Amino acid sequence: AFFWLVSLLLSSLIWFIAVKATDPRDEPLQKGLLIFGVMFSVLLQETFRFLYYKLLRKAIEGLVALSEDGCSPISIQQMAYVAGLGFGLMSGAFSMINLLADALGPGTVGIHGDSQLYFLTSAFMTMVLIFLHTFWGILFFHGCEHRRWWEITAVVAMHLAVSGSTFCNPLYVGSLVPSYLLMAAAAAWAYLLSGGSAQNLRRFLLCKS
Amino acid sequence: MITFMNNSDSEEEPCNERTSLMSAESPPVPSYQDGLQASAAGEAQAHRKRRTGSSRSPNNTVDGETSDSDVPVRESTLENEEEEQILKYGAKHVIMLFVPVTLCMIVVVATIKSVRFYTEKNGQLIYTPFSEDTPSVGQRLLNSVLNTIIMISVIVVMTVFLVLLYKYRCYKFIHGWLILSSLMLLFMFTYIYLGEVLKTYNVAMDYPTLFLVIWNFGAVGMICIHWKGPLQLQQAYLIMISALMALVFIKYLPEWSAWVILGAISIYDLIAVLCPKGPLRMLVETAQERNEPIFPALIYSSAMVWTVGMAKPDAAARGASQQTWDAAEDGRENHRSPSHADSHMSETRSPGQTRPITSLEELGEEERGVKLGLGDFIFYSVLVGKAAATASGDWNTTLACFVAILIGLCLTLLLLAVFKKALPALPISITFGLIFYFSTDNLVRPFMDTLASHQLYI
Repeated sequence: AFFWLVSLLLSSLIWFIAVKATDPRDEPLQKGLLIFGVMFSVLLQETFRFLYYKLLRKAIEGLVALSEDGCSPISIQQMAYVAGLGFGLMSGAFSMINLLADALGPGTVGIHGDSQLYFLTSAFMTMVLIFLHTFWGILFFHGCEHRRWWEITAVVAMHLAVSGSTFCNPLYVGSLVPSYLLMAAAAAWAYLLSGGSAQNLRRFLLCKS
Repeated sequence: MITFMNNSDSEEEPCNERTSLMSAESPPVPSYQDGLQASAAGEAQAHRKRRTGSSRSPNNTVDGETSDSDVPVRESTLENEEEEQILKYGAKHVIMLFVPVTLCMIVVVATIKSVRFYTEKNGQLIYTPFSEDTPSVGQRLLNSVLNTIIMISVIVVMTVFLVLLYKYRCYKFIHGWLILSSLMLLFMFTYIYLGEVLKTYNVAMDYPTLFLVIWNFGAVGMICIHWKGPLQLQQAYLIMISALMALVFIKYLPEWSAWVILGAISIYDLIAVLCPKGPLRMLVETAQERNEPIFPALIYSSAMVWTVGMAKPDAAARGASQQTWDAAEDGRENHRSPSHADSHMSETRSPGQTRPITSLEELGEEERGVKLGLGDFIFYSVLVGKAAATASGDWNTTLACFVAILIGLCLTLLLLAVFKKALPALPISITFGLIFYFSTDNLVRPFMDTLASHQLYI
């Protein structure tokens, strides 16, 4: 969570500088700057995820060196899950919390002609992003562990795609549907990478031991 | 009531205590009992000392470790074992401190957001005489710096005074002082707080009920904090009085002064705890020399003091403590819920060779738990509360400060595990908190607002 926060800080710093340096009345330029800001932020988040991976790697090595039987009390997969979850929760919290606070107050959604589904779609979008961050965490760490660069690039590409799809808002079908599809794909992929399989799933669902 | 608050000076000097994490190194001796009973309320009117303590004694942790890991007593002289224990318990301690700090902050933020009283400007403390209503920026800055200087010097004077009293063994005076301040906190501030909360929610309450409630609350609090009580109740009371104190600070400190004071206090904390002649360091060392705990009521302790029945420190003969302890620690499991850990965490440390144990008296054994001074709680909550009160970006800023403070606390505890001596808990957390507050409020907020208005997600 902290790392995500720092990445957000840096990316908003860049955006802020860019905005202050340009003419605020130039609409297309501002929009362009915003798009640039979003993309840059995504890249920065992934960079920080990588840095976090490096930090955790060092921590695991330290734990292994100190433990008596040569294995650390927490595995890299668990750390990947927790890291992804932390990222996701922080990003979700930052996206949603002001919305929720405003939702408590009086008002009408979309009174100025905007979409009436604003709150609903925001909620769904936030949820899908939190899930995605968790899965991306697992995929990313797995890719770093096994030196599979294509996995890492896939994660970055997916993140860019999801963020890019939100540019279609308020045409929600353009952003929510692809995001959910990507989430399903990422979920299946992460599940398989973590050692799951169709058989495990069936056994779990049928409550076999 | 409000004017009273404005005028009362000595009572307004709540928690100037600095907290730093300190090592709960005090072995049990009769003087401990004296100290235990003498331990006054958390709110020293004079000042708060902050000490951070890791409760690890590097040498005599044999019993502690073994009992904690529930293996037979063995001579754990291996460095590795100790290091591993450090890390394992380090993580546990972090969680044990996260929970109370989070709770305190939640209470403060919830109150700030709902009760208008604490965000209205209704005068200032006598310690910050310069007003900030000046037209020019330079003048305002100057006033806030002057306010800070006055406040910090008051804190320094009080700290030194307390250390001198402690050095010259004027225990009665100190205890009386602490009792007085906790009395004031528990009764008067609670009364005001309750009054304001009831006003906000438009709940009618008659005076007899109110007095009954406050009397019970205050009396139980006094007993819990100064004498004996269930650990969790004591912790709850300490959290509540920290929150009350923080609310008072948030209300009565003007804006810029508050931020400058926070910065200055963390610097002071650094100096006071780490310099050889720093007052807090002298206090800690004196307490350790005399094998006394340092005013348990001024410090939040995450572990309980067990009553040890036997003189022998072997695992088999630990009497009551062992039983309760075993019940809780079945199966060598180290991961327990914090509350569970709080009440059952205490392990009897390896007692010294000279334990004048005669009967089943309470020889409080300080065991492995982490101690955090109450002033730390207060200043963390002040930071987060001020962020909640004054930031225009509302919740994002508050959340960012909260995360920053917790990460700072984590780092401090890590350093504690490495250095194993009393450390200041304020500097890292407050620095992170301040950085994140100002940057989130000014940089992140416009970005997030623009994103939200276009419903873009990053």
